[in-house]
Amino acid sequence: MDALGAVTLARLQFAANITFHILFPAITIGLAWVLLYFKLRYNRGAGSAWADAYRLWVKVFALTFAIGIVTGVTMSFQFGTNWPGYMETVGNIAGPLLAYEVLTAFFLEAGFLGIMLFGAGRVSPRVHTLATFLVALGTTISAFWILALNSWMQTPAGYEMIDGRAHATSWLAVLFNPSFPYRFTHMLMASGLTAAFLIAGISAWRWRRGDRRDDVMVALGTGVRLAALLIPLQIFVGDLHGQNTFHRQPAKIAAMEAIWETQRGAPAVLFALPDSERQDNRLEVSIPRLASLYLGHSLDAEVRGLKDFPGKHPPVAPVFFAFRTMVGVGLLMLAVSWTAWWQLRRHGQPGARVLRALVAMTFSGWVALVAGWFVTEIGRQPWLVQGVLSTAQAASSTPAPRIALTLAMYLVLYAVLLVAFISVLFHLAGKAGDTLAAKDAMPIATPSLMGVDVRAEEEDSDQPEVTGHA
Amino acid sequence: MPDLTQPAGWLPLAFLVVMGLAILIYVVLDGYDLGLGILLGLADEHDSDIMVASIGPFWDANETWLVLGIGVLLTAFPLAHGVVMGALYLPVAAMLFGLILRGVSFDFRVKAHAHHKPWWNRAFCVGSLIAALSQGYMLGLLVVGFERTPANMLFAAFIGLALASGYCLLGAGWLLIKTEGAVQLRAVRWAKHALWLTAFGIAAVSVATPLMSRAIFEKWFDVPQIFLLAPIPLITAGLFLFALVALRRLPAQLAQGREGWAWAPFGAAVAIFVLAFHGLAYSLFPWIVPQRIDLWQAAAAPESLSFILVGVAIVLPLIIAYTIFAYRVFWGKAIHLEYG
Repeated sequence: MDALGAVTLARLQFAANITFHILFPAITIGLAWVLLYFKLRYNRGAGSAWADAYRLWVKVFALTFAIGIVTGVTMSFQFGTNWPGYMETVGNIAGPLLAYEVLTAFFLEAGFLGIMLFGAGRVSPRVHTLATFLVALGTTISAFWILALNSWMQTPAGYEMIDGRAHATSWLAVLFNPSFPYRFTHMLMASGLTAAFLIAGISAWRWRRGDRRDDVMVALGTGVRLAALLIPLQIFVGDLHGQNTFHRQPAKIAAMEAIWETQRGAPAVLFALPDSERQDNRLEVSIPRLASLYLGHSLDAEVRGLKDFPGKHPPVAPVFFAFRTMVGVGLLMLAVSWTAWWQLRRHGQPGARVLRALVAMTFSGWVALVAGWFVTEIGRQPWLVQGVLSTAQAASSTPAPRIALTLAMYLVLYAVLLVAFISVLFHLAGKAGDTLAAKDAMPIATPSLMGVDVRAEEEDSDQPEVTGHA
Repeated sequence: MPDLTQPAGWLPLAFLVVMGLAILIYVVLDGYDLGLGILLGLADEHDSDIMVASIGPFWDANETWLVLGIGVLLTAFPLAHGVVMGALYLPVAAMLFGLILRGVSFDFRVKAHAHHKPWWNRAFCVGSLIAALSQGYMLGLLVVGFERTPANMLFAAFIGLALASGYCLLGAGWLLIKTEGAVQLRAVRWAKHALWLTAFGIAAVSVATPLMSRAIFEKWFDVPQIFLLAPIPLITAGLFLFALVALRRLPAQLAQGREGWAWAPFGAAVAIFVLAFHGLAYSLFPWIVPQRIDLWQAAAAPESLSFILVGVAIVLPLIIAYTIFAYRVFWGKAIHLEYG
């Protein structure tokens, strides 16, 4: 098999791994802060519904976190197995950032996770709240380092090349490279939205099943309000991010907008089938001058076209469609969350149609987030590190059949895990309602701390009992 | 050896120590998780709950030591990471498959539908076994410098089995500490079997290793090294004997409610792992890729290493401190896990 085949397979494999991985941190980064919020509300005496909400969602958190960890371990190997040239060329930059990610963040999360998940009855409430806070902080710092590295690969700064290897000249410039503030904020908000729609969607699902206890209501309210709050901010930050890309990575913008010719007064292409053979769009529907307006903030601003970057621009169609998917889902999020919020304010509960929409949008955060990452990562091609290292140069010499074999293995495993994750998520949500219903009918267990008994439900046993500590 | 007074000389050495430490801690800590996972295949459903509960609060952090070890290889020795990972491509993939399966089974087995639980228990066991075998296999390939001859691969596969036995010994030892009653007695039996297998494995590997690698043969059998190295196998043999005696006496002791000896097999197993690790480290030094890339050739630039070192110096003591804190919080016999 030819070298291109191996590179393509390596890219597919890496994309599959990192796409599957990001689904889970995307939830945990946002969910960790929501859990802290639930816990603080309960600590402040806002009622046991907050504790019940915490108890369901901490289980979801544990499950999500576990899958995030095991797929994250995979990533630390994939750099070497798939892109040995990456660390050989820019290892001096990427290495420390990855090392700090592992050191400060991963350990903070994994170390305090045990106490957060299982320690409620064993440490004081204050230490337990602190552990929850540290886990949330850890997930966020984790994102900081990873996003700093990814942004550096998009807009490298603070380095010099000596004998073909990058050396840092200023770590501050490396970390706070031009695209970092925008990408980091954009990602954190995306994570918040992913968690918000997940919580709102699952709660709406419980509501529609007739499970209308207070904990469903507080979770639904939290999810809807968080989503309604974040989505306009996200659209604003997304626009700033786009401006930054327009100046720093014009080829990516040209692919996102499917603009082939450099022009003043460039149109915003609503739909098209980009054809890279003909270097033109088929079936184009566009609004004249609009792209120049929102990119350059003037009807006459110049937008560089793809033909300005011969052989050095990304594949157009995937970037173009991924970008439209992200924006489309974002607009849907705006419509649904604001409608739901308005109904909550007006009627105290959402209407049937909005509930159905929320259920349908349970995983909308994933769709938008993955689409967004496809835009930024495919949009960087053919570079691995913009202007420094091409993807093909970094590829390994591993034979294509071997990559294909492991790729197939990962895909099968991930498909099974995804199905299992989603079905278990709904199973947990359904069971939470049933267990609480049983407790309402027969209040044996007295919740002492947040760590009231879930042993019974964990084991599917019939008799709720208070867990004694040895 | 380069000038160790210069940063370019001592920094790589410092990171080799950090990497070695992380890998050793990983092997011991996740070793008991993986061993316990393998033993899960022999346990009934009731036992499996308490067994998994005994590692529940720890395994996330335990597995993270692997990320630190590989992270140091990736970040401090970037020029070797690609070579090592390329040479170990398939066993790495197998190990990751095993670790993913084990990790997710941990959560799925209690959260999924009850009738799926036996399947997740099986996945937990199979995942642990695959991870343990492939880790040993990789170690074997590393010792022989990644040359894939049939004899080398057989040697590597045998190390895989030996390591899996060693993990079972750690896992059974952990159960002796963290459980009581019938599970504990079963763990005594498992520990005995695992002890014999591990002893046989270590002995065989120790005989085979110098025969497989000419470089290691010279390192071991030159005078005066041989006199410095001789205590390692002797102490190891003593530890095995100690563990054996402890295991013989344990059922009677436990029947009288005395737990003092329950620590002995785990302690001995940890000591055996530490000694074997030192023997190995001595044999491989200073190579990252045996006979091809040494640690100074593989190292990242000094300015990058010193930047990481600041973080390591601050964070590593903290990590160790709160790891100890977490172990103290979950001290004592395992009880069923509860979220909260």
